[in-house]
Amino acid sequence: MFFLYLHNLRRMRKRLLFDEPLLKITIHRLCEQLIENHEDFSNSVIIGLQPRGIYLAQRIANHLEKLLKRKPTMGILDTTFYRDDFRRRDKSIEASATTINFAIERKKVILVDDVLFTGRTVRSAMDAMIHFGRPDKIELLVLIDRMYSRDVPVEATYVGRKVNTIESQKVLVELKEQGSKEDKIWLVKKLKSKWKT
Amino acid sequence: MEDLKFKHLLGIKELTKEEIQLIFRTASHFKEILNRPIKKVPSLRDITIANVFFENSTRTKLSFELAEKRLSADVVNFSSVGSSLKKGETLLDTINNILAMKVDMLVIRHASPGAPHFLAKHIDANIINAGDGTHEHPTQALLDTFSINEKFGKVQAKKVAIIGDILHSRVALSNIFALQKLGAQVMVCGPITLLPRHIEQLDVKVELDVRKALEWCDIANVLRIQLERQQIKYFPSLREYSLYYGINKKLLDGLDKEITIMHPGPINRGIEISSDVADSEHSIILNQVENGVAIRMAILYLLAAKQPDYKSEFTKNT
Repeated sequence: MFFLYLHNLRRMRKRLLFDEPLLKITIHRLCEQLIENHEDFSNSVIIGLQPRGIYLAQRIANHLEKLLKRKPTMGILDTTFYRDDFRRRDKSIEASATTINFAIERKKVILVDDVLFTGRTVRSAMDAMIHFGRPDKIELLVLIDRMYSRDVPVEATYVGRKVNTIESQKVLVELKEQGSKEDKIWLVKKLKSKWKT
Repeated sequence: MEDLKFKHLLGIKELTKEEIQLIFRTASHFKEILNRPIKKVPSLRDITIANVFFENSTRTKLSFELAEKRLSADVVNFSSVGSSLKKGETLLDTINNILAMKVDMLVIRHASPGAPHFLAKHIDANIINAGDGTHEHPTQALLDTFSINEKFGKVQAKKVAIIGDILHSRVALSNIFALQKLGAQVMVCGPITLLPRHIEQLDVKVELDVRKALEWCDIANVLRIQLERQQIKYFPSLREYSLYYGINKKLLDGLDKEITIMHPGPINRGIEISSDVADSEHSIILNQVENGVAIRMAILYLLAAKQPDYKSEFTKNT
């Protein structure tokens, strides 16, 4: 009984959302869904959102390349200067690089991010992207959708997994690209100032 | 991200190496934005900036104004020509009147050294020094070092010679501070009358012979002779200055290495620098001007983050 209690306590603090095999399967499924809508990607581009969406975008681009036998166009977008919380945060966010070496005019754009929470990043991403041209269509792909926590009316077109969360929780993404030993995505309790925001 | 420590940019002297590097990183992102079809971001849309220029300026004023507009700030311009200063208003009154019209940031150039420092003690708005007399010109030094960093990948251990009118130059002083903080070696070179006394106490090399200075350096930052600041004659004639201190192709061809040429502008062609040198492929003078906008955007952006008014409890992200 005591061990069950301990087990539950641990579960409450840290819940595993994705491990490596599951992440692989999910990325494969998301890619199949993308192909369903975008066929050979000749008129579609993938844009990963800085800072953490870029790894997922790269994985999706790599997997699509395997499935399609051709490289889909991919870019990286930073939204720092377009955010609506500039001067409203305790600490400023440092900008990251933007690399979009293609025209997005009349393209179908798939924005990729790891977690969809308040939707504000996506809103600012749409703002930022429009400065590169007018796309025909914008879609959103996220690995984790934190349901019922949106500040703005933004919904994802492709979702890896929907999760019910509360405000005091946080999604912790550990990917190999970020220096972790293996891919693991957790739902954790937010400790004050321990996790980087 | 570490913020800047001060809410004003009064001089390079107050900045740390880390802060300069933060400004560089931010500026490089703005430089990428400046190469987009739409070169504008909405970050400062709720900020009003006054450019207050008590001294003449083309590049700095234009560069600041473009930087402000590309950050979506509202801009008002003030120049002392045709203003009420002639009617006897004091500096502080003039500035307070501008601020009474709800201006958040001030970019100021003034002929008196320390004018921005004086204002910083008396007013709340963020102040950016765009040149105060012969004291400092921080944004110029930042864009100079940023341009060196861009060309060589680092500033550390580079040898930079500042050649010309050091005595009347605010660019020289700010450059010395910035270059030393980033680990470069600095030499000043010019006629002895145009070198400030005790300048070697700033830990710079002093050289009177321009050829020797060029042989030593990797980068030559050539300064203009500031005739408008010279009340007395410091050298017999401009022709003679040009003969002994002018940088020309023949002088550079005589060296066994290639030197990068910089100039903060305005250039007096044929006096401190000849046209073929100013327009050669080793000159990064126009890159300096281009980087100027990005550097100023970075400074305005980072200082605007220090605006106190509404840091509310909004901290949600993702």
